[in-house]
Amino acid sequence: MEIVIFAGMAVVAAASGVLVIAQRHAVYSALFLIITMGALAGIYVTLAAHFVWAVQILVYAGAIMVLFVFVIMLLNLPREEVRWAAFDARRIRVAAILGAGLLGELILMLIHGGAHGAAELSPGFGTTEVVGRLLFTQYLFPFEVTSIILLVAIVGAMVLAKGHYGK
Amino acid sequence: MHVPLWAYLGLSAFLFVVGVIGVATRRNALIIFMSIELMLNAVNLSFVAFSRFHNSMEGQIFVFFVMAVATAEVAVGLAIILAIHRNRETVDVAELNLLKW
Repeated sequence: MEIVIFAGMAVVAAASGVLVIAQRHAVYSALFLIITMGALAGIYVTLAAHFVWAVQILVYAGAIMVLFVFVIMLLNLPREEVRWAAFDARRIRVAAILGAGLLGELILMLIHGGAHGAAELSPGFGTTEVVGRLLFTQYLFPFEVTSIILLVAIVGAMVLAKGHYGK
Repeated sequence: MHVPLWAYLGLSAFLFVVGVIGVATRRNALIIFMSIELMLNAVNLSFVAFSRFHNSMEGQIFVFFVMAVATAEVAVGLAIILAIHRNRETVDVAELNLLKW
């Protein structure tokens, strides 16, 4: 049962992942990216990561993709006539070779190291309570640093998007 | 029957490579950005899978920090794309060659 769910989710995630980079219009890319993130959220459930599942849906498929779609609508881009960089196919060939090499390398790595069996889970693994306790005790300092990163990002985004600076 | 670890890592590797190919081949800055998001998601999948298979919560904690950085990156990056579009009327990275030597 578990393997059927994983296989279904994995096929959906992989197929829509490929479709993200194969669209002529950015809106379709964004929609396929939402599907990829939803499928990954389903995989997180099978990995007993319940809180990560919720955050994946809320933050990624929700907030980040809404921001993407909002900007796409704001820019009102035309349909792309030339989809790929430099259609003489030289760069695409280089990218395909490098991508295949990277994929082969990663597969080689996980053949050697990916046979690890699943450990017995401790009670409460992946629940909000355990995650919250860790974030506010052992990882309190990185958690606070994260808030500064977000503050800097908010200020930076406002300054950049506001425009007509220097006047 | 349980799903082995290599299946999760294989999917993660595949999604990461799709993201790399997207960044290397596409010209629309927005789609390049989405490819970067795809790569970040692929790495998150690896973190969660390792977290599950080693019974350690650290992987999931790290996923939150990755997500926070991704959110900050998207906010600033989309603001930059908006600013570029306002000045140059394009988001085609092939035409943004002002800093090219």
